[in-house]
Amino acid sequence: MADRPVLTGTRRALGGFRPSGALAGVVPFFAYTTVFLLIPTIVVVVGAFVDGSGRPTLDNIAALGGSTSSFLPALQHSLVLSVVTAVTGAVIGAVLAYAVSTARPDGMLKRFVTALCGVLAQFGGVALAFAFMATFSLQGFLTVWLTNLGIDTGSSLWLYQWDKGLMLVYLYFQIPLMLIVFLPAVEGIKPQWREATETLGGTTWTYWRRVAGPILMPSFIGATLLLFTNAFSAYATAAALISQASPIVPLQIGGTFTSEVILGQENVGKAMAMAMVVVVALVMWLYAWLDKRASRWLVR
Amino acid sequence: MSTRHTERRKRAALRWGVIGLTLLFFFIPLYGMLEFTTRDLISGGRTGRVWTTLVDVGQVTDRYPALAEGFLASLALALFTVVVMLLLLVPTMTWVRLRLPGLTRTVEFICLLPLTVPAIVLVVGLTPIYAWVSYLLGEGTVWLGLAYVILVLPYAYRSLDAGLRAIDVKTLSEAARSLGASWLRVMWQIVLPNLRTAVLSASFLSVALVLGEFTIANLFSRKNLQVAMYELGKSDGQLSVAVGLASLVFAFVVLFAMSFVGRKEKS
Repeated sequence: MADRPVLTGTRRALGGFRPSGALAGVVPFFAYTTVFLLIPTIVVVVGAFVDGSGRPTLDNIAALGGSTSSFLPALQHSLVLSVVTAVTGAVIGAVLAYAVSTARPDGMLKRFVTALCGVLAQFGGVALAFAFMATFSLQGFLTVWLTNLGIDTGSSLWLYQWDKGLMLVYLYFQIPLMLIVFLPAVEGIKPQWREATETLGGTTWTYWRRVAGPILMPSFIGATLLLFTNAFSAYATAAALISQASPIVPLQIGGTFTSEVILGQENVGKAMAMAMVVVVALVMWLYAWLDKRASRWLVR
Repeated sequence: MSTRHTERRKRAALRWGVIGLTLLFFFIPLYGMLEFTTRDLISGGRTGRVWTTLVDVGQVTDRYPALAEGFLASLALALFTVVVMLLLLVPTMTWVRLRLPGLTRTVEFICLLPLTVPAIVLVVGLTPIYAWVSYLLGEGTVWLGLAYVILVLPYAYRSLDAGLRAIDVKTLSEAARSLGASWLRVMWQIVLPNLRTAVLSASFLSVALVLGEFTIANLFSRKNLQVAMYELGKSDGQLSVAVGLASLVFAFVVLFAMSFVGRKEKS
């Protein structure tokens, strides 16, 4: 996405906000987002603290931490899954982004890789789970191929476990997402900086250690946080891959829609949802703060 | 001279090495899908039977009504979402720029908020809202579009914002107004044509996102393309994988084409 600010300033020059008839023009937008975004958010937050008949309670939150609850292990799995795939995906994706950025700016290679990554990062969902089942399941082509070569890959059950197969599938959309998010930052590096380093006697190592590294670092960390929330909130791929259990939080929330509702636990799903919002909001807040710092150096 | 030359060669080698390896990782599962869908399960050879079934509209509607239904529902959803998104965002963002610059931050915050609220959480909160939607408007799958507008909000906002930054809306609209144009005409004949590229890219992104949406539709038990594909996976593995591959290829073609559209108009 080409977010390039070309003009700014007219916005500020008009000064502050004056309430007037002009406000009527934004009523549809605010009404719509209130009904379909703000109210749902409030429903989740409030619902987490009331019981089935609307009385305030802390039971929903307590139920999450209970010894019979599977929420805490699921939260732990979700966090580990998201951290591992975010960091690994960010490192690999950043190297890929750098490699792509050295290609011709209008070349076919860059367009091809960017489009492919866009698809895998944002529109995969169920199809990605299918792709991995077609490749790595017991009948999958890679399993069959490896077996023919005499390499035993075991029972293929690893594909359906959250810390093995699911992690691999998540990497499959995290690396592309990193490319999409990080490419603008890498492209913001000016060749003059490298030339200046070389003129002053710096080596490639000095350049990365002292110039490009520190400039890219806030963008890199920011992108990693974005990858974290992406993995943390993903539902479709996991739902399509794992049908027997609910090892991660989104699947557990999904489970509250289909399973029998236990009396007194009607709003436990909302409590889980709120826990997710808290984690994501915290990370996004950190991201916004870093993004502000990053944009000091890079014209995007 | 020669050091620079080797340096360049080394960088090119690194570039192709990295890109080659990652592309290999990206393509192995996609090849796996292709390989799986062309298997002849009876004789053990290769066959294009699955793909000929998929492109045969009559046969799909006949033997896989759920798939055809989901596909049509997703097309309707894509259209509905894009129209509502544009009607909601373009006038509001233009208006805020022209008359209410103080609200810029608020509108931006709201539009980017869905990035903080995962779809799975939105579903939980939308349950009571959709009880009302079903009551007032009926059970139709197309009403999922009302929630999809929220999902595409951040992406659409960014595209349109980039477009609005590139033109001087204020001067354009003042010129039109002083020549006697109504606000509606300013919107339709001045702002919209100037935002063509941004509107196009916001729409394409929305369409691709809607065609790939699974979470909300699945949990509200409505049948769109992804849900139909997921359910088909339980009975006819090959055909569902073929649908998955086809949808990925379609999304790729859309995004690839988009990279040319944007460039042409900029130069």
